[in-house]
Amino acid sequence: MKLTKLLAGAAVALGLAAGGALAQDKTKVGFVYVGPVGDGGWTYEHDQGRLAVEEEFGDKVETVYVENVAEGPDAERVITQMALQGADLIFTTSFGYMDPTINVAKKFPNVKFEHATGYKRAENVSTYSARFYEGRAVQGTIAGHMTESNIVGYIGSYPIPEVIRGINSAYIHAKKVNPDVQFKIVWAFTWFDPAKEADAAKVLIEQGADVILQHTDSTAPQAAAQAAGNVVTFGQASDMAEYAPFPRVSSIIDDWAPYYIARTKAVMDGTWTSVDTWDGIGPGMVGIGEITDAVPAEVKAEALALKDAMASGEYHAFTGPLNKQDGSEFLAEGEIADDGTLAGMNFYVEGIEGSIPE
Amino acid sequence: MDLSAINPVLLIASLMVAATPLLLAAIGELVVEKSGVLNLGVEGMMIVGAIAGFAAAVETGSPLLGFVAAAIAGALLSLLFVIMTQVALANQVASGLALTLFGLGLSALMGQKYVGVKPPQMGRIDIPVLSDLPVFGRILFGHDVVLYFGIALTAAVWAVLKYSRVGLILRAVGENHDAAHALGYKVVKIRTLAILFGGACAGLGGAYISLIRVPQWTEGMTAGIGWIALALVVFASWKPWRALLGAYLFGGVTVVQLNLQAAGVAIPVEYLAMSPYLITILVLVILSADKSSAPASLGRSFHASR
Repeated sequence: MKLTKLLAGAAVALGLAAGGALAQDKTKVGFVYVGPVGDGGWTYEHDQGRLAVEEEFGDKVETVYVENVAEGPDAERVITQMALQGADLIFTTSFGYMDPTINVAKKFPNVKFEHATGYKRAENVSTYSARFYEGRAVQGTIAGHMTESNIVGYIGSYPIPEVIRGINSAYIHAKKVNPDVQFKIVWAFTWFDPAKEADAAKVLIEQGADVILQHTDSTAPQAAAQAAGNVVTFGQASDMAEYAPFPRVSSIIDDWAPYYIARTKAVMDGTWTSVDTWDGIGPGMVGIGEITDAVPAEVKAEALALKDAMASGEYHAFTGPLNKQDGSEFLAEGEIADDGTLAGMNFYVEGIEGSIPE
Repeated sequence: MDLSAINPVLLIASLMVAATPLLLAAIGELVVEKSGVLNLGVEGMMIVGAIAGFAAAVETGSPLLGFVAAAIAGALLSLLFVIMTQVALANQVASGLALTLFGLGLSALMGQKYVGVKPPQMGRIDIPVLSDLPVFGRILFGHDVVLYFGIALTAAVWAVLKYSRVGLILRAVGENHDAAHALGYKVVKIRTLAILFGGACAGLGGAYISLIRVPQWTEGMTAGIGWIALALVVFASWKPWRALLGAYLFGGVTVVQLNLQAAGVAIPVEYLAMSPYLITILVLVILSADKSSAPASLGRSFHASR
């Protein structure tokens, strides 16, 4: 008797819940994150974008997110789960979610998907990314001026075009202001692992680097630089202002909010189509965090001038003459790299030592 | 490739830092296993120690208090293992595995609001003359207190096990608990103390990662060090100095492989990344060829009625 009562009660409760969900026709937006929302970097900024969506649309929208999702089969499970729970639009925010997103999208033709930093699209899958390399150009300029040992350490995550583009862009612009500069690159093979990132930063510092650039998401390299005392760093993906004014002297900030709001609106209006978005400093998807007073005024002015030139479109970070690492010609005098070449970039430019891991 | 960029002094100094969490956890587990108990929960106790120490250090502003809290937290968690295996006489392997899984989950819960927080810094010891000596000054006298504590603990455990009466009793309990019981030693009490000691050591090791080595908190940041510690104890044939050697070897290869990468050596990164595990296990397997066997009662439950 008791049990049946309980079951009946549960059934009524479930029915109410389901009815409630049906009654209000909310747009459900899902986010899949590679790190924790508190990483202070990449995932943090995506989550700020999610919160902006909530603020913009209030109770017309419901957002869900799953953090710390490993790239690979696990991602496919999480994305499928989200689609099954009735999400209308799903943002998958890491390069390694590319194939899982495409696979799940095939099974749910009515759900819209948005994959960050990838290159595979479908009827219901858009891609979006930011031209981080424009920010890297600004960092490279500051790094070239700030280094005294002429050794710049670079913590790479995975050897994918996005990361290689960043290394090349930073190197080209550091070299421009400091012909003696040398890059030391360590691949961490992770987006987010504070222990590995800290180790990598320490090793680079021990080998003489006094500027550290990172393409990983945690603030651990900043902490390592702070402990070392005389090492310059840059915030990655987020401002990382808690390490300003030194070691962190500037940063690249990703601003996803306007894009997330626009895409959510498109789903609500039924105007969503599959697109490929790649915006830089100009449209505001890439921001440059405040350059602190640890940087000499004239260097700061030069960096800001470069930023403005890229924002207005009068200068492109990959402008010839440039050679590839093996000495063959990449871009002729005055030539500008096209987006296709940039998107698939798998080589270092001339002057960078070492080889890209397979 | 430019090997001259690798500074051997800094390399040795940083390998000692990399090895310390592993050493602390392994020494604790060594004592536990010497008493005849197999606690597979090292990873769980480490990670709980990591977050407890981190939280305490952030809240109080004192890294030392953080380490104290970490040791207490590790011991508290191991108390759960005591209840399961010494009181309820549950299977030790299953209980240990459960402890690890529980610890990983619990730490993630405890750590929710500490992700991305900056902990207070722990200073290095600075001895006026000695720390300034060339080469040896940086290697021997330029570290934090906990690192020295780890080495001192190794020496102490070795001396106690080998020369003292307490060590003899502990070993007797581990070799033959029925005989020890017949002689009037309180087997369960001795094992409980050993397990608590192991928990406290594992907690310290975890806090060393979150407070000094990284220093930051993230879920799962012990990344398998607890399992390495377990393997280390076996391959070190339950001998403290060999555990120290193994830990330094592991830390050393971990640091060297990153140094090689930064120096541009053309070995695929994947090989370098797996090398610490491979080399440590290989060397210890060769070392353990002298057939020092495990404590005879290892992993067996004891009850006075049997």
